[in-house]
Amino acid sequence: MADNVVTMRSIVKRFPGVLANDHVDFEARAGEIHALLGENGAGKTTLMNILYGIYQPDEGEIIIRGSPVTIPSPREAIKLGIGMVHQHFRLVETHTVAENIVLGLPGNFFNPARAARSKIREFSERYNLTVDPDARIWQLSAGEQQRVEVIKALYRGADILILDEPTSMLTPGEAEELFAVLRRMASEGKTIIFITHKLDEVMSISDRVTVLRQGRVEATLETAHTSKRELARLMVGREVLFRVERKDMPPGEEVLRIEDLHVLNDKGLPAVKGVSLSVARGEIVGIAGVAGNGQRELVEALVGLRRAEGGRVSVNGREITNQPPKVVIEHGVCYVPGERLTGLVPEMSVAENLILKGYRHQRFCRGPFLDARAIYEHADALIEQYCIMTPSRDTPLKLLSGGNIQRVVLARETCESPDVLIAAHPTSGLDVGAIEYIWQLLLAERERGMAILLVSEDLEEVLALSDRIAVMFEGEFMGVVPAHEVDLEEIGLMMAGAHRRPLDSSSPERGTPPVREVSA
Amino acid sequence: MRRIVSIEVEKRLAPPRWLQILAPVLSLLLALSAIGIIFLLVGVDPFFAYSEIFQGAFGSVYGLSETVVKSIPLMLCGVGLTLAFRARFWNIGAEGQLLIGATCATALALAYPEWPKAVLLSAMFLVGFVGGALWGLIPAILKARWRVDETITSLMMVYIASNLVKYLVYGPWKGPEERGFPYTSKFSPSAQLPRLAWTRIHYPTLLLALALAVVVYVLIRYTKWGYQIRVTGENPAAARYAGMSYLKTVILVMILSGGLAGVAGVGEVAGIHYRLRYPEGISPGYGFTAIIVAWLARLNPLGAVVTSLLLGGLLVGGDAIQVSLGLPSATVYVFNGAILLFVLAGDLIARYRIRLKSMELKEVS
Repeated sequence: MADNVVTMRSIVKRFPGVLANDHVDFEARAGEIHALLGENGAGKTTLMNILYGIYQPDEGEIIIRGSPVTIPSPREAIKLGIGMVHQHFRLVETHTVAENIVLGLPGNFFNPARAARSKIREFSERYNLTVDPDARIWQLSAGEQQRVEVIKALYRGADILILDEPTSMLTPGEAEELFAVLRRMASEGKTIIFITHKLDEVMSISDRVTVLRQGRVEATLETAHTSKRELARLMVGREVLFRVERKDMPPGEEVLRIEDLHVLNDKGLPAVKGVSLSVARGEIVGIAGVAGNGQRELVEALVGLRRAEGGRVSVNGREITNQPPKVVIEHGVCYVPGERLTGLVPEMSVAENLILKGYRHQRFCRGPFLDARAIYEHADALIEQYCIMTPSRDTPLKLLSGGNIQRVVLARETCESPDVLIAAHPTSGLDVGAIEYIWQLLLAERERGMAILLVSEDLEEVLALSDRIAVMFEGEFMGVVPAHEVDLEEIGLMMAGAHRRPLDSSSPERGTPPVREVSA
Repeated sequence: MRRIVSIEVEKRLAPPRWLQILAPVLSLLLALSAIGIIFLLVGVDPFFAYSEIFQGAFGSVYGLSETVVKSIPLMLCGVGLTLAFRARFWNIGAEGQLLIGATCATALALAYPEWPKAVLLSAMFLVGFVGGALWGLIPAILKARWRVDETITSLMMVYIASNLVKYLVYGPWKGPEERGFPYTSKFSPSAQLPRLAWTRIHYPTLLLALALAVVVYVLIRYTKWGYQIRVTGENPAAARYAGMSYLKTVILVMILSGGLAGVAGVGEVAGIHYRLRYPEGISPGYGFTAIIVAWLARLNPLGAVVTSLLLGGLLVGGDAIQVSLGLPSATVYVFNGAILLFVLAGDLIARYRIRLKSMELKEVS
């Protein structure tokens, strides 16, 4: 057995009201990729922040390469050869790549980046981390910025590299490139610790996996000797069904109709180029595609948050093109935004967030005054109906977990039984348990006759829920196809813009099998 | 093996209630201590200075009455600013809105001196409100339509208002009997607000200010417009998403915020001076001091009633030490600046918890 490079023994970390790490044992070897798996709030990031010297443990000890150490700061961690790539990058946007990499290091006072360039190129070539040392950070994509962070850690001599949910900002292609880089590093004897809550990533990249749940270690396993199902059970603490019941339903009448829609992005360039689509009652239409291919602009144009330059949007035959959000809402269109913060007021209470759209309706008002009792009754009813875990209806929303915050949004958007629901990335960043709940909720709304437009980067999600799938690439639909006629591979090709099917006829075919097995 | 003590700073999820109340009080005390050091540097015993200030502001019936007099415009402007700041609309121009309110009321008082007292005074308050509101609407519309930064525009509007008043009192409105002073003629008795006994407390304005503080409190807390204002302030993206119109919200907020400042201006010309004078004579920066009133009250309109009395007292006490200790008049501004700085910093620091930890550092081999 290889020597342990990192050993953390019986680590305890308390935060006000939470036991983030409860006697956690963790070890990682040289040359391995070790996944740290757990739901949001399981204590993964806390544990790694302790290893990187950001937090101090309340109890427990850390042993690096055989000697017990105390790590009072990241500076000390770096000296020990530990590097960390945070989920949200810590880069100075207006500076160049090279300047960011040498930031904080001793060196030439006037042109600190000059000497660094050749070394940066060397790392770039050795690990295939292509990045221009003279580019400015704001010009780079999320994937490129992450490469800068990785080089930054290598430049400081890291041979223990911690990555916190590194794929959350990446496209599937970029994620594959990152995995190749990590495998290369591991093969050279570096230790890679990979924080994630995605089971597929664990299966595809890690050698071993440690599962955390509610601050405790559930197990440390050889990845080759486990399965997704076992890991999910360890992570959630119960059996997780990787399939959802989808009833076979006859198509209803058309509700949402999009005709030849053209929309510009923030830079004023065409982002949606003549897209047409219809969604019927009791139907889920999934829009798949790599982020940044116009999905966001399309959705924002539908709900009145962005101007459509051309084309038509109508709901139940009434045109709503370029109407303000208030009018769109009044036409029965609800929206779960992809940028979570758009639909929430974190500082305000759960009850107040639940009336964000309903506050002007008769039922919550008496004249100009808000009716506190009606608002509270509404909140209590939704908290129960949607199983929102909150200490009280008066709790500020920001204190809730990600899954419960998303339940608040979904509760508010679906409780009035709108005609149309537009859900953008409804499960991104959520853990398995919360995803399962939201999938079931969306399917239940479909059965109740709602027309649902689902935008997601998660292909499994699109395949599991949709009746029809539209694949978006560079602002256009590569095709709109019945979900049961396509497989992952075909959609993957369409996402890359390689394959186009004739646009579907106005009457969508049905006949998807009632149960779809999603897990690999 | 070494022992080291480290300081940990952690963000609080939500500051506890006791801290929310304690933080401004503590900030105020710290500000006073810091100013105490300045007193020491100029050779004045800070305890003596503070006792003089306190005596001057609250130690006599006269001082107390003057404190109330100064708190009236501070209260009106401050209450209006709590509303604007709740919507995260940085109205720095209450001073200008006050001056325009005073100007509009003066125009009416000079044009219709013979109107019955009740009618004329009510009309003056009304036009003062409208004038202040319109002055406040300019930055609001510039911001909502063209995203022009309101901090700059509302401040610039102060200088425009100030120069307009100067132009009027040195020019067309200069009173013929004022022997060359930059004053308008004295208002007719119909345009003069009644005062409480021998004091300068023009109580109709005071009662109006108190009533408006309650109205604004109820508006923010219990109405759908207040909800709209709070959502807009906390998260403008969410407000837009929920179908709230930013333009309408900001217009509502600035009509009230500017209008209240305008009413304060009416009180000054109709209750204190009985005429329009050069701008510094009308207001020694009430509109700016009201920013501190609003923040010190943690943007609570009822709290602003209390904090306006406090800062009114500081103005009176500041005048007192100018006389008794021979300190420059700028002393009061030092006070104001230090208090605002400490209150804002206190607000920020209350969101964190600081812990001292000692631990053993083992040598790394």
